[in-house]
Amino acid sequence: MPLAILLARAQFAFTVGFHIVLPAFSIGLASYLFVLEAAFLATGRGVYLDVYNYWLRIFAVVFAMGVVSGLVMSYEFGTNWSVFAEKTGPVLGPLLGYEVLTAFFLESGFLGVMLFGRNRVGPGLHLAATGIVALGTIFSAFWILSANSWMQTPAGFAITPHGRFLPVDWWAIIFNPSFPYRFVHMVLASYLSVAFAVGAVGAFHLRRDRQSQAARLMFSMALWMAAIVAPIQVIAGDQQGLNTLRYQPAKVAAMEGDFRTIPGTSLKLFGLPSLAARRTLDAIAIPHLGSLILTHEWDGTVKGLDSFPRRDWPPAPWVFWSFRLMVALGLAMVGLGWWSLWARWRGRLYASPWLLRASLAMGPAGFVAVLAGWVTTEVGRQPYTVYGLLLTAQSASPIATPGVLWSFATIAIVYLVVFGIGLRYILRQMRHPPVLGQHGPEPGVPVRSAGITPAQALKAEG
Amino acid sequence: MAYWLPVIWAGLIAVAVLAYVLLDGFDLGVGILFAVEHDPAERDLMVASIAPVWDGNETWLVLGGGGLFAVFPMAYGIVMPAFYPLIITMLMALVFRGVAFEFRFRAVRAGSRIWWDRTFLAGSAVAALCQGMVLGGLLQGVRVAHGQYAGGWFDWASGFTFLCGIAVVLGYALLGATWLIWRIEGRLQRAMRRHAHVLGLAVLGLIGVVSLWTPLLNPAFRARWFGFPGILLTSPVPVLVALAAWGFWRGLRRQAELTPFLCVIAWFVLSYAGLGISLWPMIVPPSVTIWQAASPPASQGFLLVGASVLLPIILAYTGFAYWVFRGKVRPGEGYH
Ligand code: HDD
Ligand code: HEM
Ligand code: HEM
Repeated sequence: MPLAILLARAQFAFTVGFHIVLPAFSIGLASYLFVLEAAFLATGRGVYLDVYNYWLRIFAVVFAMGVVSGLVMSYEFGTNWSVFAEKTGPVLGPLLGYEVLTAFFLESGFLGVMLFGRNRVGPGLHLAATGIVALGTIFSAFWILSANSWMQTPAGFAITPHGRFLPVDWWAIIFNPSFPYRFVHMVLASYLSVAFAVGAVGAFHLRRDRQSQAARLMFSMALWMAAIVAPIQVIAGDQQGLNTLRYQPAKVAAMEGDFRTIPGTSLKLFGLPSLAARRTLDAIAIPHLGSLILTHEWDGTVKGLDSFPRRDWPPAPWVFWSFRLMVALGLAMVGLGWWSLWARWRGRLYASPWLLRASLAMGPAGFVAVLAGWVTTEVGRQPYTVYGLLLTAQSASPIATPGVLWSFATIAIVYLVVFGIGLRYILRQMRHPPVLGQHGPEPGVPVRSAGITPAQALKAEG
Repeated sequence: MAYWLPVIWAGLIAVAVLAYVLLDGFDLGVGILFAVEHDPAERDLMVASIAPVWDGNETWLVLGGGGLFAVFPMAYGIVMPAFYPLIITMLMALVFRGVAFEFRFRAVRAGSRIWWDRTFLAGSAVAALCQGMVLGGLLQGVRVAHGQYAGGWFDWASGFTFLCGIAVVLGYALLGATWLIWRIEGRLQRAMRRHAHVLGLAVLGLIGVVSLWTPLLNPAFRARWFGFPGILLTSPVPVLVALAAWGFWRGLRRQAELTPFLCVIAWFVLSYAGLGISLWPMIVPPSVTIWQAASPPASQGFLLVGASVLLPIILAYTGFAYWVFRGKVRPGEGYH
């Protein structure tokens, strides 16, 4: 593959990898904020508002970074993948157009009210603004995942002799075969990512101050989410895997490290898939479990990579390892969630030091799993951009290697500096204990002295 | 259908880009004006005046880019590579500008805060410069073969594009200054009136130079502007610009609050209309028309259905958001 295309791929992976973590954060956080604000209005308990304001400051930073990294994405299709843009534009363009019209305007239109409007609109309207922003993030995931899924499992189109895709049936395009699975899996992933982040912040402050109401609230809400949603995510992931097996069997072969097509294939827990040796070296495997999971039969046959021409193989080691990382984290999430149920039942939810430690350690787990999942999905789609139809090697812009190299270097430096500093601000904010009667997304200086008004302190008691 | 859909979409995309230029124009202008306002408290006020709305304003740029991808994919695929370094630089500048809003308030030490203020200024100015240069490069023309960009990656570089870049930087600064005259009172408002005087002269001069230079670039533009039926359409443009200029200086002299802002908007709209007259029906001059670049009617029609329902709704709630934050921005209010 020419260097310019490798660089363009690396650049796209880099930028979208940064971007996806931020929307995952804002999709989950926006919904969480909505729940907190609704709970505050329903119960009048100030602690909900305190936690709301605490996370609103973080939301503001995350959202700003999500928007600017997304802006880059929407132009990158043209700058680096102009041939892809020209050929798929008639199908994918309107989906992204709908994303802008239904999601981005909605989010950004009400974001101002949500962040700065507390004193300018009534409580009901403010809650509505929070809810609309949350809804906007979900609409956004809907459209972008539809676009991405269409690239994985194209449907509802015709192709011109020049290789241009033309829309034939919009319903089939939008609800293409892998889209419903991907959408559910991604939204759940966002919720889990935020649950584990919130849980870790709660655990961090509980380790300092076991009595902190706000920290208890965060920790408890987060672990309810983990206990309920993580198992659902495992089921959703399993279903998505079966769907992938139907439409992209070569990807599943790479995910499983199966090079040979045999009945009753094993499940490889670890191993080193080697494209050169055409087998997975030193595998630790459980016999028959692979076919049991994928075909629900003891001796079912799953296609191995040898069923596909060599040029259609995805880079198997990447897919194999990223998939294992995601699944391991998913199972760990279920474990932590159920452990918390046990601790809760024993009345030791806030008092179990090992549970607090484990929650702290699992703070970034969701984001890591999101990235791992996307690497599985996108690298597993290779060597195509539109699966089976348009090769990555034929998608790139006519930009010479030095141009792509320059832009990649520039983007890498800017992102590492800007998002590195953003991460520092977020972590610094998370280190501040949640304070009673905190107001709005205020500057880094905490308002400990000024913030507590008698009214709010009373509400927090009640 | 095959004739009218691209025409309608060309109009809609043009309006989206104009909305971006006007709305994010004053945001970027406020950033550029950091070059002449150094007082931290005044800078907070300036940022507070745009903080609740800048994100929505920038979304028009996403609509411009995303819309082009959807309805004129060929133009999108030609223009982005043609101005590759400018586009990447503009995006990076907008990254810095966008995060500076949040980061400057979170910087605890005064030292790092000043640094983020500089970033805000530089990000705004560079983004404006690149936008102007892309515009200039488009007017100059783009080399196309077989529906793809066929030039090198510095083809756009010339005195003319640079001049257009400077014109947009100063134009945005003027837009920002008059926005602040409207939204702010006291010392800062008086300072902005002074800046607006100077910037107004400079911008009017640059509009003149660019307008005279453009017809020299391409005989088709010349024919359009000075040839017969065209001149009926083109001759009112300079007259209206002069009229708006009169309103602008009268407004400044009489200490009007909103008039100068509206008059600058009129300059922008008129210059933009002038551009439209020159380019029509080219989307990538000198060779690609809107019909050649259009995606098939099935795509344009599908998005048009949604756009005609959604755009009025978007305008309504965007208006609502501005209404919530109406009135003068005062210290300690607005942002955080
Ligand atoms: C918190 C995040 C998270 C967690 C815990 C899991 N996943 Fe996942 N997974 C994602 C986040 C994610 C993702 C980032 O959202 C992906 C990438 C693309 C997509 O649709 O979802 C994904 C993709 C993805 C794919 C690739 C589908 C394809 O593109 O062909 C499969 C087969 C699974 N997942 C299966 C699982 C299983 C069996 C899990 C449980 C043990 C699991 N995932 C946990
Ligand atoms: C948002 C989460 C996403 C992540 C983390 C992600 C990740 C990646 C990665 C890692 C690659 C590089 C693969 C390789 O080079 O082997 C890639 C490529 C690509 N992806 Fe995605 N992707 C995401 C979503 C999307 C979406 C929504 C689209 C389109 C609508 C898309 C379109 C592409 C294209 C065009 C390429 C370039 C060609 C290629 O190298 O495959 N991606 N992505
Ligand atoms: C699964 C993949 C993706 C999801 C779920 C997703 C979701 C989101 C969300 C929720 C936002 C709102 C801003 C925020 O809070 O971050 C956003 C912003 C944005 N995304 Fe993505 N995105 C994905 C991938 C992409 C890709 C591949 C593109 C490129 C076309 C893209 C383009 C944008 C743009 C332009 C914005 C800025 C919108 C604004 O101004 O508000 N996204 N995205």
